[in-house]
Amino acid sequence: MSDKNSIMQWVDARLPITSAYEKHMSKYYAPKNFNFWYVFGILAMVVLVNQILTGVWLTMFFEATPGGGPESLEYIRREVPLGWLIQALHAVGASMFFIVIYMHMFRGVMYGSYQKPRELIWVFGMAIYLVLMAEGFMGYVIPWGQMSFWGAKVIVSLVGALPLIGDDLVIWVQGDYIPSGATQSRFFSLHVIALPLVLCLLVFLHILALHEVGSNNPDGIDIKKRLDSKGVPVDGIPFHPYYTLGKDMVGLIIFLIIFLGFVFFMPEGGGYFLEHANFEPANPLKTPEHIAPTWYFGTFYSILRAITFDIGPIPSKLGGVIAMGGAIAILFVLPWLDRSPVRSWRYKGWMSKVAIVLFAIAFVTLMKLGTMPATKGATILAQVCTAIYFLFFLAMPFYTKFEKCKPVPERLTK
Amino acid sequence: MNKLILTLLVFVSSSYSVASGGAVSLDHADIDLSDKESLQRGAKNYINYCYGCHSLDYVRYNRIASDLDLTESQVVDYLIFDESKYTSLMENAIVDADAKKWFGATPPDLTMINRIKGSPDWVYTYLKGFYKDEARPWGVNNTVFPDVGMPHVLFELQGLCAHAPVSEDHVVYDSLSENQTHESGCEEFEIAGSMNAEEFDEFVLDLTNFIAYVGEPWKLKSHKIGKWVMFYLLVLLVFSIAYYRELWKDVH
Ligand code: HEC
Ligand code: HEM
Repeated sequence: MSDKNSIMQWVDARLPITSAYEKHMSKYYAPKNFNFWYVFGILAMVVLVNQILTGVWLTMFFEATPGGGPESLEYIRREVPLGWLIQALHAVGASMFFIVIYMHMFRGVMYGSYQKPRELIWVFGMAIYLVLMAEGFMGYVIPWGQMSFWGAKVIVSLVGALPLIGDDLVIWVQGDYIPSGATQSRFFSLHVIALPLVLCLLVFLHILALHEVGSNNPDGIDIKKRLDSKGVPVDGIPFHPYYTLGKDMVGLIIFLIIFLGFVFFMPEGGGYFLEHANFEPANPLKTPEHIAPTWYFGTFYSILRAITFDIGPIPSKLGGVIAMGGAIAILFVLPWLDRSPVRSWRYKGWMSKVAIVLFAIAFVTLMKLGTMPATKGATILAQVCTAIYFLFFLAMPFYTKFEKCKPVPERLTK
Repeated sequence: MNKLILTLLVFVSSSYSVASGGAVSLDHADIDLSDKESLQRGAKNYINYCYGCHSLDYVRYNRIASDLDLTESQVVDYLIFDESKYTSLMENAIVDADAKKWFGATPPDLTMINRIKGSPDWVYTYLKGFYKDEARPWGVNNTVFPDVGMPHVLFELQGLCAHAPVSEDHVVYDSLSENQTHESGCEEFEIAGSMNAEEFDEFVLDLTNFIAYVGEPWKLKSHKIGKWVMFYLLVLLVFSIAYYRELWKDVH
């Protein structure tokens, strides 16, 4: 024991291990009323590690060429020992990542976690989300199945809607006139190294910003306002071990049951995680009957398709791209749209509550519609939901300012 | 002009029927990947009736042997009819260019067909769905694959159905007599086959089972490991809940 202490002393004099451990774990005081919604940050980290580890192993055997993509994936599934498991962990992990992240983000919306002083946490989070979408998209393209190819074609062609430079930009992005091996290998490079690096850096900044100001909680009350004689928040408990080994461990195991349940018994997620058509190698001459993005892009894809009409001088295609970009961009400025004096929706007025519920319904509806063919009825529904989506944000400065909030208690409830 | 419009209309409606192909109701293939005997029969039938045209590019003979409990000599005697070795991939079927000339379409590799279609039901219904159609080059058409380029290779077994077979869903009951007025499957045979309807269903089911196995040969193993993983996680969950309670006793 004394041996270890002297080693720790030696290290601590050179590297702040113990103080970092205390700052971020054993003396990081988290509110004691974290609920179900607070487990998803940790789960996101677990999935991130899963994606990186399984990704490293896949990369050992994967061949990023048009013919080699589908073939090497089957080689991995069939001939690499436990390759089917590694592949399933990675593919199911991608969808789990988005489920976890959407829950994590919605938690922020419900409890006003993006409000002062946590704006940067939210903005880093949104940057993570943006990179994650690029990561998911490129990951889906590199196996070079039918949906990979046609998905890439549809999405990259959106760049072409930009006036003047659009067409040249498409060729620049693709490195070719149509999606080809050149496109595939640059997406591969971005998918396996560039974007994951950025992602890890952003997650680091996200946590750093969080631990500077401390966590919010379901009541939206600042626990640092009430300290005991030692300067510890009376409503706080050390993150470690109460959450690490306590609540979050229970949450993690429940999550693993769901995650691994899919991995072992339903790795394609009923055609939602991996679309059936993607098991057919890409064929540039054969357009699939129905090109649909994976479910997690459904919301923004629906918004893109909802603009079926020209808006003044803006043609509908460009309009769609602008709407889609706007739908993502507006999330970044959420902290500055909310003018409410309280954080959590528990104490906000009825208008905020209704708005959040409507927004959630619209978001999920759009997500579902995005995976379905755009029939006439579906398009009208998508347009209504798109309107709700934007109204939620654009009207927020008004309804949050003028509604009557409930008084916020001094101490955490329960 | 009228003629042009008419051909256009026909073209549009026929392409519509192809596009809605996924919506055709399918018979349910009640396959069982753990039924090794069914898989063995399916493998043998696949070699005899399909492998001449359809390769299985990602499958090795020795993998089939170990998964289906066959010995090397059984595989060599019953499954390998060309120069392939025991460890070869099953990739020498027909030459693509010839096939294109003969059938107007290349017979696709079938390793992944079930995963592309999303369920074994499609192949199952397809194999039972050939019927007489003089307008087609091979004299047959298919219920789920309109204007198919594949001949009715199971003709000797099933016989030749005179009209499009009825799918399971389309069985009509007579409400007065409570009798079935339509049998599912083929109603009337132009030429009888060597098997009756039940035997043929069994035959096709074995074949479908094998084709499903070939798409995901690890599936049985995955389910087996998965059950243990779930069991351990549930045990772990009980312990972690107990530990959480103990840890949090003094928090509130
Ligand atoms: C004489 C050569 C030949 C034989 C033998 C043959 N097929 Fe085919 N098969 C074809 C051709 C050609 C096509 C392509 C049809 C088209 O595209 O119009 C085809 C298509 C198919 C398809 C549809 C594939 C798709 O992508 O939609 C399936 C399934 C199929 N065959 C299964 C079988 C099975 C099972 C057997 C054995 C019982 C078999 N075939 C025997 C020539 C053959
Ligand atoms: C790789 C992805 C991400 C990881 C690993 C991650 C990790 C974490 C962790 C561990 C926490 C603390 C625990 C918790 O509150 O759940 C947290 C908090 C937070 N995250 Fe994330 N996050 C990710 C993405 C995002 C995204 C996309 C957003 C929103 C756009 C976001 C917004 C927030 C906010 C606002 C908080 C503070 C919540 C509060 O204190 O109430 N995060 N994150």
